[in-house]
Parts: sequence; C-alpha cells; structure tokens
Amino acid sequence: MTERLIVELTIFMLAVFVGFEVISKVPSMLHTPLMSATNAIHGIVIVGAMLVAGALIGGTAGHVIGLAAMLLASINVVGGFAVTGRMLQMFKAKAGPGK
Amino acid sequence: MSALQQTILPLAYLVTGLLLIVGLKFLSSPARAKTGNLLAGVGMVIAVVATGLDTHIVTWTDILIGGGVGSIIGYVSARMVKMTAMPQMVALFNGAGGGAAALVSAGEFMKLSAGGAIAAGELVPILLSTIIGAVSFAGSIVAFLKLQELMTGRPVTYAGQQVVNGIVVLAVVGIAVAMLLGHAGPWSFVALAIAAGLLGVLGVLPIGGADMPVVISLLNSFTGVAVAVTGFELGNSVLIISGTLVGASGTLLTTLMARAMNRSIANVLFGAFGSVKAAGAAGPTTAGGGTVRTATVEDVATLLAYGRSVIIAPGYGMAVAQAQHAVRELAANLEKRGVDVKFAIHPVAGRMPGHMNVLLAEANVPYSQLHEMDEINPQFDSADVALVIGANDVTNPAARNVPNSPIYGMPILDVDHAQHVVVLKRSMNPGFAGIDNPLYENPKTMMLFGDAKDSVSKLAAAVNTV
Repeated sequence: MTERLIVELTIFMLAVFVGFEVISKVPSMLHTPLMSATNAIHGIVIVGAMLVAGALIGGTAGHVIGLAAMLLASINVVGGFAVTGRMLQMFKAKAGPGK
Repeated sequence: MSALQQTILPLAYLVTGLLLIVGLKFLSSPARAKTGNLLAGVGMVIAVVATGLDTHIVTWTDILIGGGVGSIIGYVSARMVKMTAMPQMVALFNGAGGGAAALVSAGEFMKLSAGGAIAAGELVPILLSTIIGAVSFAGSIVAFLKLQELMTGRPVTYAGQQVVNGIVVLAVVGIAVAMLLGHAGPWSFVALAIAAGLLGVLGVLPIGGADMPVVISLLNSFTGVAVAVTGFELGNSVLIISGTLVGASGTLLTTLMARAMNRSIANVLFGAFGSVKAAGAAGPTTAGGGTVRTATVEDVATLLAYGRSVIIAPGYGMAVAQAQHAVRELAANLEKRGVDVKFAIHPVAGRMPGHMNVLLAEANVPYSQLHEMDEINPQFDSADVALVIGANDVTNPAARNVPNSPIYGMPILDVDHAQHVVVLKRSMNPGFAGIDNPLYENPKTMMLFGDAKDSVSKLAAAVNTV
C-alpha cells in the first residue's frame, strides 16, 4: 500500500512538471482550443467509470451510479474532442490564406 | 493469459499517457494544433479500448448504454452548437467530467463500504475527488447558465455573502472530517456531495460574465485534479497522469488567460466581493475603464506570421532603441513566410522629418516598402495587423475625435483601422506630447512592453518558429 502510494506520488509529481512545461509558451489565440482540449483529456475519467461500473455489477444502485458516470464521462470525452476539432478548423481556415 | 493482461493494460495506459503529453505539446503551436488534438483523441481511444477488452471489468451492454448514449449526446451537441456558444459548451462538458469523477468516487465508496469500515488512507482520496468533482460540476453549470444568458451574467452579490460562503466551506470540511473520524455512512456521503455542489454554485455566482472564460479554465483544472485523485483511489496510473496534466496545464493556462485580460485570478474570483455598489455601474460599461491588454512575444509573433498583410508604423522609440536593423530582419522573415509587409511613415514620426526613412534605408529596407501617410492610410482597412513600434502621438486617435486634445486635428496614421493593432512600447508613459492614447485601450490593441530593439529581435526569431 505504502509502496504503491509512493509510486503514484512520483508519477503525480512528474506529471505536474510535464503539465506546466508542455504549455509554457502558448500564444493567446490558442488559449481557448487548448483549454477545450485539456477539458476533453480529463474525460479519461471514463476509464475509472468503466472500472467502477464493472466492479459493482451486483447492486442496482451501484450499477446505476456506474452507468451515470460512464454517460457523463463519455459526453465529456467525445464532446470535448469534437468541440476542440471545430475550434481548430475555424482557426485553420482563418490562418490558411496567410500561410 | 492473466499475466499477459497484466502487462498489456499498463502498457496501453503508458502509450495513452505519452500520446496525451505529445498531443498537448502540439496543441500549443498553431501549425500542429490539429495533429495534437488527433493524437490526444487516439490516446483516449487506446485507454478506453484496452480497459473495455479487459472483459471481466465491464459488459458490452453497459458500454453501449453508458458510453454509447453519452458519446452521441456529446458529439451531437458539439456539432450543433454555434461557434459563439463554444465557451458554455466547454463548461457543460467540463461539468460532465467533474460529475463523472464524483460519481466514480461514489461507486468506489459504496464498494468499499460493503466490506466494512474504510481505512482513512482509502477514504481521503474518495472524499477529495467527490468534493472537487462536485464543485466543478455545479460551478460549471452556473457558468453555463450565465453564458447562455439563462440567468444574469452580472455578478450576483448580496449582503452577508462571505459569511454564507464561509459557512458552506466549514460544512464541507466538517462533514469530511466527521467521515474520516468514523461516521462514514451513505447519508454523510450524500450530504458532502450536496454541500460541495452548493459551494461550486456560490463560488461562481459573484463572478461576472466577462470573466467566465477564466472561471471555466479554472474549473477545468479542478476537474483535472479530481480525476487525478480518482486515479489515486482506484490505483490507476493513466488517470493520475492525465488528470494531473490537466490540473497543472489548466492552472497555468488560467493564469495566462487572466494575465492577458490584465487581471489576477484572485481579482477574477473575489473581485465582486465588497464592491457591491461599484459592480452595478462597472458591469456593462468597461469600455472607458482603461484596461490595457498585454501580449507576449509568442502572441504577437503568431499574429504576425499568420496574417496576410502587416503594416509597420515606426516612431521615435525605434530610433532611440536603434532597432531598425532588427525591424528589417523581422520584415524579411515575415516576407519569407509570404506575409505582405509595408512600412507606414508619418511625416513627423521620430524627431525630424524623414527620420524613419533614413534609419530604415540605413538598415537596407527596400524603399518600395516605405509608404507616406496619405498613401498608406486607406490600406489599413484591409491590413491584418498594424505593428506600432515606438510611435505614440502619430497614432493617437484622440487627434481625430477629441476636440479638446492638444493634438486634435493632427493627421495621424489610421492604425486603428487594421484588424489587429500591436503596440511595442517601453512603458505606459504617455508620448512626447504627454497625452493619453486611447489606442492602447482599444479592445483590438495588444501591448508588448519592453525595449523596441529587444522586442523586435525576439519577434524576428519567433516568427520563424511559430
């Protein structure tokens, strides 16, 4: 348990640095698409929803909670990526002629 | 078989983590942003498929019911929404993610409760993820309602607001502590989720509609943190990595956005408190409020490099900084990218007539690129960017429309007619004539502060890399 926690904390710490580093130089015109993309990325919680939905298959209440979590998480993932794609498309169309 | 699964699933998660990081990296460059979005999407699919194939985890019916319906809702709403309504759409998706994190924790709580008392080490992440997820869920919905104008976009303030919010914070902390001390029944869990949701609602209510993008970005990083904590509770590395990535980059992004609006995050979040009277007057009319938008070198470089035509208006600042060689380099680099570059020469720019022409000729700027005021002024209307380098009074719109201004009636360069205006300036000090320049408060103006030579050199290098 403690060993697992240490490993997890290590991953966490490294991810914090990567998260800061990876977008440190972003032009403001990309702020909104980037926010939208990170929004889609936290939809990864769908994996957690699947795990919980599976583990609880017995109890009705638990099953409903798992399904609701999957529903919300999939809205987050699919909607998030689709919206980001649309934003970037608009952005490309505008920038295209200048390229 | 089981050993194979034990290797394949973590490996798939590792690939997902990698793709998400590379995707985010690409997303911060205009040229590769689309690829970045695609990479992140592929990473997501890999994680979901790998988890789904781990058959004992979840049945296909469940995947179809939960995931299928959600995907359709998400996709259709993302496709249907108008571009102008994007921010509130993102808010809703973010709320869905926060809600999902809280629900996952609820499920985990139920599962562990069935096996007797939950150890504190396991309960802490469950409680944290529930609190943060519920705050993000409820806060995002309020943000959506405000942006969609289903409720007032103005800050909602009332007497005793801080006291009420304080009590709710205490309630959340109190319930969580009580649960850790052994009162971890299902109803305490429900109470905790409700109190946290209430906190999200009350937290967003006093924030004005104009600040919503910053708030959504902040709630977005909250959801990231909630997902990361969910990863701790499930012992799932990909949730920890992805959630933390979003939490960290989201926090940074929130700061950047607030800075671009010349606000601090604290000011955005708590600005309405204690200014109940002022808020009424300040809400709708910030136009004359004197806010100045500051930009970074990357912002300006992107704007220039992806524009079709750029008109450079140099002034005394360029002369003082001896920036003409750097300016020529910038112009040459832009032209290499296919950007049309012209120079607008105001007759009294600098400290002597022809000052600018001389300096630019010295730096080998082709004479055909230099245009006199009367010739260039009509062209600002079709220019993407007007880049003002150390020129102040000769671009001051007050000369046009403020009769009591000392420079009223002076012919000026119509830089404010361009689609974007970028002003390179040493500081906010007024120019030679000592008068304020409303151009700097124009919503389409971005300011890049610093020594002209220094800024232009950086820009010249940056336009090659964006």
